Amino acid sequence: MERTRLGNYWRPATLEAALRILVEQAPRLLAGGTDVYPALTQAAAWGAAPAPALLDLTGIAALRGVTRTGGTWRIGALTPWAVLRDAPPAPGFRALAEAAAQVGGRQIQARGTIGGNLCNASPAADGVPPLLILDAAVELASPRGLRVLPLREFLPGARRTARAADEIVTAILVPVAAAEAPSVFLKLGARAHLVISIAMVAASANGRVAVGACSEVARLWEEGLAPIDDVRASAAYRRAAAEELVARARARLAA
Amino acid sequence: MIRLTVNGAPRALDLPGGTRLSAALRETLGLTGTKIGCDAGDCGACTVLIDGAQACACLTPLGQCEGARVETVEGLAATPEGRALIARFHAAGAAQCGICTPGMLVAATELLRANPAPSEAEVEAALGGVLCRCTGYRRIIEAVRGAGPAAEPGAVGARLPRLDGAAKLDGSARFGADLAPADALWLKAVRSPHAHARFVLPDIPAFLAAHPGIRAVLTARDVPGRNGYGIYPHIKDQPVFAEGEALYRGDAVAALVGAREAVERAELPVAWTPLPARHDPEAALGGPPLHAAFPDNVLAEGLVRRGDPEAAFAAAAHVAEGAFRTSFVEHAYIEPEAGFARRIGERIEIWCATQAPAMDREEVAGVLGLPLEAVRIIPSHCGGGFGGKLDAGMQPMLAVAAWVLDHPVRAVWSRPESMAASTKRHPARIAARAACDAEGRLLALDFEGLYDTGAYASWGPTVAGRVPVHATGPYRVPHVRARARAVFTHQPPSGAFRGFGVPQAAVAQEALYDRLADACGMDRLEFRILNALTPGDVTATGQRLAHSVGQRECLEALRPRWAALRAEAARRNAAGGPWRHGVGVAGMWYGIGNTGMSNPSEMRLILGADGRLSFRNGAVDIGQGSATVLAQIVAEALGLPVVAIAQIHGDTALTPDAGKTSASRQTFVSGRAALAAALDLRAKLNGALGWDGARVTVNGEPYAGPGLEGHGRFDPPTVPLDAEGQGTPYATYGFAAQLCALAVDVRLGTVRLERFVAAHDVGRAINPTLVEGQIHGGIAQGIGLALMEEYIPGRTENLHDYLIPSFGDVPPIECILIESPEPLGPYGAKGVGEPALVATAPAILSAIRDATGAQIAHLPALPHRVLEALGHGR
Repeated sequence: MERTRLGNYWRPATLEAALRILVEQAPRLLAGGTDVYPALTQAAAWGAAPAPALLDLTGIAALRGVTRTGGTWRIGALTPWAVLRDAPPAPGFRALAEAAAQVGGRQIQARGTIGGNLCNASPAADGVPPLLILDAAVELASPRGLRVLPLREFLPGARRTARAADEIVTAILVPVAAAEAPSVFLKLGARAHLVISIAMVAASANGRVAVGACSEVARLWEEGLAPIDDVRASAAYRRAAAEELVARARARLAA
Repeated sequence: MIRLTVNGAPRALDLPGGTRLSAALRETLGLTGTKIGCDAGDCGACTVLIDGAQACACLTPLGQCEGARVETVEGLAATPEGRALIARFHAAGAAQCGICTPGMLVAATELLRANPAPSEAEVEAALGGVLCRCTGYRRIIEAVRGAGPAAEPGAVGARLPRLDGAAKLDGSARFGADLAPADALWLKAVRSPHAHARFVLPDIPAFLAAHPGIRAVLTARDVPGRNGYGIYPHIKDQPVFAEGEALYRGDAVAALVGAREAVERAELPVAWTPLPARHDPEAALGGPPLHAAFPDNVLAEGLVRRGDPEAAFAAAAHVAEGAFRTSFVEHAYIEPEAGFARRIGERIEIWCATQAPAMDREEVAGVLGLPLEAVRIIPSHCGGGFGGKLDAGMQPMLAVAAWVLDHPVRAVWSRPESMAASTKRHPARIAARAACDAEGRLLALDFEGLYDTGAYASWGPTVAGRVPVHATGPYRVPHVRARARAVFTHQPPSGAFRGFGVPQAAVAQEALYDRLADACGMDRLEFRILNALTPGDVTATGQRLAHSVGQRECLEALRPRWAALRAEAARRNAAGGPWRHGVGVAGMWYGIGNTGMSNPSEMRLILGADGRLSFRNGAVDIGQGSATVLAQIVAEALGLPVVAIAQIHGDTALTPDAGKTSASRQTFVSGRAALAAALDLRAKLNGALGWDGARVTVNGEPYAGPGLEGHGRFDPPTVPLDAEGQGTPYATYGFAAQLCALAVDVRLGTVRLERFVAAHDVGRAINPTLVEGQIHGGIAQGIGLALMEEYIPGRTENLHDYLIPSFGDVPPIECILIESPEPLGPYGAKGVGEPALVATAPAILSAIRDATGAQIAHLPALPHRVLEALGHGR
């Protein structure tokens, strides 16, 4: 059942316990740790090291793994990249598998989770374009009950989510029909491994295409892009590269 | 209580669940083989296996390890599978500095358990989460696959595995952060977040009263001696703690010392008033000055003038000119700065990662106001240096703290702190013109380099002095005007970085020579062969080169590969598609040791009355292999096996001053001193020497005579440069030529490197595996300089925004060793550390231009810059 507190840290075994701790202690949520700990390092570098209370969700086995119920694929929020990389459950998950194989190294893939990737809400989150083309939705639990938001509503902007303070992301839901057509993922970065995307594209044979790292939040291709200049590339380059990647992704699907 | 299994043993740890596994392993269990390079999952040095799967221990909360099986390098080293892998790494030279090695071994173990015969691609994918800054990865791939070079016994010329390798491979080597007294206090520097700011420190007694656990806040007032340090005796301009004004983002203004948690959790409320900052050396020229002693902000100027360049340009058949720009490059050694200091009565001892213990000793003596004899520097294993650990770094600050508090004090810089505070490669802006006659003979060079030297002098004068000497490249150019200036800005101090400004200059010179070759319709390689320096030629400084000038041989050695790779590129280009293939070539030369100034090394060999031989070797091995190379030289000279030579390294109390590990000098200068020491000892012994496994024998009998000492000293003969830059700046030069084959995606601007062929004249390869290791690693850093590395203060202060080459970014490398013996060198040897890197970036740019016609003039050639150069950008 519920784990006892270890320092400023809880690792409960059930969602109910986690929700109760969340409401009572207002801790920071922790899954694979692959974004939380780097943020702590960065914060400590130029001031006082933060020591947040941590609610570690990884003890909740029910939030891990991919299952099918009726017309819906359910990806537990705590499913690590490695599972998505090695065992895409349907052809439409291939883009997500290809993205998973390029998120950091094997170390990150073994522990980083798909739910954490969405909650971190980076403009360059590799999980978002493959899920956008799957028409994915995000399931959130709170003491008030469950709600489901379309992925695009869950991510209103860079580094922002629609998660309320008392909510925990429990799953990503994908309509089975949206995952039937095969998909591909193309990532563009300035080195071979461990690279944050300059631009990335996920495309499905059903015609859906999404582009990441070229706007605050990844978008469907028909919505247009809003890229910025940053240390990785210019905005103009991102536009040109995204267009080229989309063409290549479509060509790969057609091949 | 958290229960887990570590290396097969059950453990119960009473630590908070959020504790990083890396901290629990290192600090609670004492398993310091797991290294910390970034605490952010970017470098993979802390890779361990959790239930058989790779994980970054720095990202894993201990609470998640409840009931888990954790394996570290110490555990692997105790198993047959681990020992077999370690043996392959050892023989192949897959470990250099050793800081990434535990992570590499652990990652490889996960792979090999599932796949005992992996392909190259499978190795790259499985180990891709670990960064290495030394090896260029190729030897690691070979070692994992069991395909590396084999180890050889012997002395000079043998592929002897590095003598300090075993400790680096089993996790027992102690780096800067791996050792400190148990009661040491922790020090955290307080640094300016602004590029230029006035500041007022808070009421310190009140701060201390509010922060129990913090023992002291140290400021400029606490520095007992001179509050300034720096490489040059007359420019001690970098304060231990700034006084009233900070000159770059990262400038230290104070330090908190006390219990670790108290220090880490506290923030000193400094009142900052940002001031206008100059980030551009052109804007900084002429003032207002950063330092009163340099009113026009020109720290140093180097000039070389020979012949009549203007007349030569006027008469030339072809002239090429261009402007080039390079960026700050961060050393990105995987080991951030770390160490401890302790006061022992009226003396002080410092343990730290350093390339220059004798210089650190002088700096510490200066800031403490102590005689040199009162300071002892004990170098730790050094987890990468590349010039970045030639500056005193944290040593002055640690020394002040331990001295003032009379208590041991330790510090470990975080990755962001290391990147913000430490020195960088000078960004350069170069305008240059070159001319040749109709037959392709070089006539003239005009070179103007503006080097951004940042906020403090560091090695800026060295760079300004070295660049114009090398500006022609390794070619005969009769008419030369070359000037380099180091200019102060409110940027991080630029210091020493593998090549001291020469790699930037080579980018300009080689690009112009490609264009001249095209202009006269010559093959680019043949153009270089025609112009290559040969024995008897006179350089731009008026130095007549007599011996060991292997430039032409290096270039000629590339001919077969050049022809084959060019033909292959042409064939592949004929097939069409977005990838355009090209082949580039570049030459380089590099003066070994200091520029026109004394640069001695001293070595001692002591044969004890017990028959044991002690080699007092003050040269710091930062992974390049000097500990092994110098032992090979001594062994050769004495006719003994290397195992007979017990070494004491670097410790300033026990070794004479070998000079710093820089300027590619340890093999040449310290190697020659070691040879002299060995010959001196040999001359004091009559009869045939041998080794019985424990003692030196003479004529077969264990040595039982009096204690004897062999002493050796070498100072390479040079003549200082005069006002026109004429003189003999170096006693010898390394020469090289590198060829690069690559493909450019002309729609995305990405570059895929396919092959390097590197021909290096090293005089004599004392240890071919180590020489090749330097070449591989130099090429990897040249790739970074050319294609991806750009440090921007405040923007790229971590190893995911600042990119260094990863697995997969370094293609196969073929090394061709040319041995044109240097009479001054030990057994003919010269240096290779920096020559390894210099030709790489220009060869890449030459190949991009060959593939696409695009001349890249702004490094790094990130995809958007390549696309712009191709004319497809905005």
